Amino acid sequence: MIELQHLEKSFGDHHVLKDVSATFERGKVNFVIGRSGSGKSVMTKCTVGLIEPDQGRVFYDGRDFISLSGRERKVIRQEIGMLFQGSALFDSMTVQENVEFPLRMFSDMSDAERRDRAAACLERVELADAGTRFPAECSGGMQKRVGIARAIAMNPKYLFCDEPNSGLDPQTAIVIDNLISDITSEYQITTVVVSHDMNSVMEASDTIHFVHQGSICWHGNREGLLKGGVKELEDFVFASDLMRKIRKNV
Amino acid sequence: MRWMYHIGRYMRLLAKSFRKPEKLSVFKDLLVTELESIGLQSVGIVALLSIFMGAVICLQTAHQIGGWIPVYTIGFTVRQTMILEFSPTLIPVILAGKVGSNIASQIGTMRVTEQIDALDIMGVNSAGYLILPKVVAGVFIVPFLVVLSMVLGVGAGAWIGVATGLSPLADFEYGMQVDFRVFDVVYALTKTVVFGFILTSVSAYHGYFAEGGALEVGKSSTKAVVWSVVIIMVSNLILTQMLLN
Repeated sequence: MIELQHLEKSFGDHHVLKDVSATFERGKVNFVIGRSGSGKSVMTKCTVGLIEPDQGRVFYDGRDFISLSGRERKVIRQEIGMLFQGSALFDSMTVQENVEFPLRMFSDMSDAERRDRAAACLERVELADAGTRFPAECSGGMQKRVGIARAIAMNPKYLFCDEPNSGLDPQTAIVIDNLISDITSEYQITTVVVSHDMNSVMEASDTIHFVHQGSICWHGNREGLLKGGVKELEDFVFASDLMRKIRKNV
Repeated sequence: MRWMYHIGRYMRLLAKSFRKPEKLSVFKDLLVTELESIGLQSVGIVALLSIFMGAVICLQTAHQIGGWIPVYTIGFTVRQTMILEFSPTLIPVILAGKVGSNIASQIGTMRVTEQIDALDIMGVNSAGYLILPKVVAGVFIVPFLVVLSMVLGVGAGAWIGVATGLSPLADFEYGMQVDFRVFDVVYALTKTVVFGFILTSVSAYHGYFAEGGALEVGKSSTKAVVWSVVIIMVSNLILTQMLLN
């Protein structure tokens, strides 16, 4: 479980995060949604330690991440997997080497063990035959799946996905959503997905946090999302005609 | 005061880079790759420039000397020019263009495509992983390139002197040996080590803190070359004053 308590972050005069508190549960896909520029990405970066918050605390299963030393943080970081919006695969390495990379850096596995583990991760994302390719030779969907394989290589306790479906066609997006969902329940990971893709939210979310102007102004689940109740949330969720029609039918 | 901010950030980056590598075996592999990238892949350009510069210095010196200046001065001048200034200073400047821009654009691209964030989140010291092998390789390999440049430059000077009949080989050899001080080579190599450090670390700094997209990576690459050259030139002046007095 990940808990955020009263996170605050400003860049100059711009107050990006305002007293953000949230709980992301284990074994569930926790979505963070909101408009572009609402503070979702900054919140995620503060959570994983890429940005230091001005105030507040982040707890990983009770461990206060912000107050830990660099060495202690490193232990937690090795328990985190992250899927980036642009996949962030190392383009000088093959797919296999990308997946092996965290194992190479942080495990005492032999070469053969590493190869086997990476092959198993690639198999899990249905890319068993892509090991020898370079990221530039893979499609966007394949790159996302390689990113997931790399993220799960170390058996993470926490998985962060930043806009996992951006730039993907609807069918591939559903494959990625289902993969994230399956892996979360299979490995009992605490998964946090940052997205503004409502299809993804309806497909894969267990809990939803809606961020508006740097604050979490609503949280609940899919059913609650369709009921609405908060103006900013309704403006965001039912911006498209399709979602309005879904709401009518519900 | 902006420059103080950059100096502070550069120092902090160096402190972060010079931490113990996560895994020594990985560091060794990276170091070998960088030695090849910075060193072996630069041999061609270093050799080409040194040969032509040595030859040109020989021709220019021969053109300058009149009847009363001994011919062995040609060998002496070629040697001194190559050892004291051309090889130890201009070769690192050329490498700042070739290697420095490569380092800045490589690291800058990794920054803007979130590959550095990926390293950080995994718990890898991204600065140490990306920068330390390049700096160590630069400090180690640039002096070898400079020694190669000295040998080729002086050799080319001798060859062109003999080939054009401007300097008999015996005179050139004598000039090469006249008033030779080992300290000159020590001075040159000391400068080279510092310049190797500057060209790799300054370029890495500009790449590491690149922001935005392809355009900014291009700009950071240009800045890396410009600042490396400027700092090399300023350091050259300071080191020369310190070492020769």
